[in-house]
Amino acid sequence: MEAFTTHTGRAVPLRRSNVDTDQIIPAHWLKKVTRDGFEDGLFEAWRKNPDFVLNQPERAGASVLLAGPDFGTGSSREHAVWALQNYGFKTVISSRFADIFRGNSLKNGLLTVVLPQETVERLWELTEADPETTVTVDLVARQVRAGSVTAEFELDENARWRLLEGLDDISLTLRQEAEIAAYEAARPAFKPHTVQV
Amino acid sequence: MGRTLAEKVWDDHVVRRAEGEPDLLFIDLHLLHEVTSPQAFDGLRKAGRRVRRTDLTIATEDHNTPTLDIDKPIADPVSRVQLETLRKNCAEFGVRLHPLGDVEQGVVHVVGPQLGLTQPGTTVVCGDSHTSTHGAFGALAFGIGTSQVEHVLATQTLPLAPFKTMAITVEGELPEDVTAKDLILAVIAKIGTGGGQGYVIEYRGEAIEKLSMEARMTVCNMSIEAGARAGMIAPDETTFAYLEGRDHAPRGEQWDEAVAYWRTLRTDEDATFDREVVIDATTLAPFVTWGTNPGQGAPLSSSVPDPASYADVSERQAAEKALEYMGLTAGQALRDIRVDTVFVGSCTNGRIEDLRSAAAVLEGRQVAEGVRMLVVPGSVRVALQAVQEGLDKVFTAAGAEWRHAGCSMCLGMNPDQLAPGERSASTSNRNFEGRQGKGGRTHLVSPQVAAATAVRGSLASPADLAPSTAPVGV
Repeated sequence: MEAFTTHTGRAVPLRRSNVDTDQIIPAHWLKKVTRDGFEDGLFEAWRKNPDFVLNQPERAGASVLLAGPDFGTGSSREHAVWALQNYGFKTVISSRFADIFRGNSLKNGLLTVVLPQETVERLWELTEADPETTVTVDLVARQVRAGSVTAEFELDENARWRLLEGLDDISLTLRQEAEIAAYEAARPAFKPHTVQV
Repeated sequence: MGRTLAEKVWDDHVVRRAEGEPDLLFIDLHLLHEVTSPQAFDGLRKAGRRVRRTDLTIATEDHNTPTLDIDKPIADPVSRVQLETLRKNCAEFGVRLHPLGDVEQGVVHVVGPQLGLTQPGTTVVCGDSHTSTHGAFGALAFGIGTSQVEHVLATQTLPLAPFKTMAITVEGELPEDVTAKDLILAVIAKIGTGGGQGYVIEYRGEAIEKLSMEARMTVCNMSIEAGARAGMIAPDETTFAYLEGRDHAPRGEQWDEAVAYWRTLRTDEDATFDREVVIDATTLAPFVTWGTNPGQGAPLSSSVPDPASYADVSERQAAEKALEYMGLTAGQALRDIRVDTVFVGSCTNGRIEDLRSAAAVLEGRQVAEGVRMLVVPGSVRVALQAVQEGLDKVFTAAGAEWRHAGCSMCLGMNPDQLAPGERSASTSNRNFEGRQGKGGRTHLVSPQVAAATAVRGSLASPADLAPSTAPVGV
């Protein structure tokens, strides 16, 4: 995983709540068997509308998504995270994320930042008033800075460390081989098996 | 202090607990399907890793599979590649697979329980958010992303952040015409699509205890639509009776040992929940959605709400956008909404009981002119059972299409889709914009409401229909 320390970029204010993963990446894109090439599927239905915020020329190259509450609800598809990253987003800010989406984002180095809704509103206003406004998401200082806004955010220490170091979860877990083997040896025999081995 | 059901199951699966780290949990059962696994197998291959426990892993094909002409090559080349990729991966890594055409094939969340693999007190994961279905057995079951799929394949464990506990107690008895689907739609409308966020929900109370296993699965299935990490119901005699004798259920002494353990899986009297919600079952009625998220629902007897009636700005805007997308106006009676398509199926309502209740409504009646009705059994086993009971004949005699098993129109990854502007009454779980096909409009309903709607051509419950012409006693 790519490490995340701090990122500064222009933003896309997305004034919508309950943006579900079917909107982020529609199901027909899920037939691909790779982790890349999803950028054209991102918000595919909404992008057909020329007024959609992502289609505005001044938003080209923006890398910070300022989303409404309950972002990423619905399906567990990690393709939603890949689509955002493939498009060029490095971080998403919202007052509330769906759990599975949040977990997926942090495993891929897409930093999802939770801020109070009133702070998101202020960021919307700032970046709507001046699309050139840059937003800095600083994971080292756990701070979001943009214009007159400085907001602290929380992220549990373990997740933060993994992101800052760009650590691979599987390698970390495999260091616990002895404990996994001990647990397996003690499992009750009545637990289900899919095949006899 | 006492522990809740969810805490007991969690504690029994902790492989490692260390200060400042998420608990590392052992996974008892890993279900795979074609959509969320290819990149995970690729990751294993690149790192030179194997599947640690092929004996705790099983795969089926469901999301992409066609429901017609299943004996012919799959027409969509991209779908075909994805299914072929799953077959290659399962062969290479030694994973049991039930492909299209196999008697155990079907929607992954229908297959696990019917094989007896889903058991009380187990941890179950799948790269699919509706894994919450399996919580109906008192399992801790949740959907995961592809990175986690790879993690479980490689280690049979997952590091997991702690959860909060919520009790949803449904007191009293459900009225006769109210189903598990109506109940869960009402719950989601009450707590909202983010209401369960961070929580494992335990459903309890008299109304829940009286539900069959199929109905409990419908309830737990949609926990994710309330944003919950999982939904659970304590195992009881209904659970044990469902499991006994199934292919992978324990036998002999192991059965007794298992049941003794399963009986301990109840929330202790002195345990506390982080949040408690109480619902009076007797006040519930057939429930349908009018909007574009599962929380935007109302009793069938009511009207499309006025967005102006919402105090919360973001809810108001969401309602305005939803009405625009759905082509509805505030104040319109829900019963006046005409549909083009009716879909009965999915991991929410594609089980034998669901098909029986839809068939009971259609018996001696006809699908309305201009309405297309698709009945898609959740698995091949469900289809065979339905045929044995003659349900397929009831559906086709009424003018419905009887299809092969799969996810089908729930998410339209196969050819079963709505055309732009088309409207459906669907027994599935999500009414998101475009979910069932670009520009399609979805109303979530129970199997009974779906069948009655097919007959009347507009949203309806069986009580709205003229008496059936079927002979008495059928």
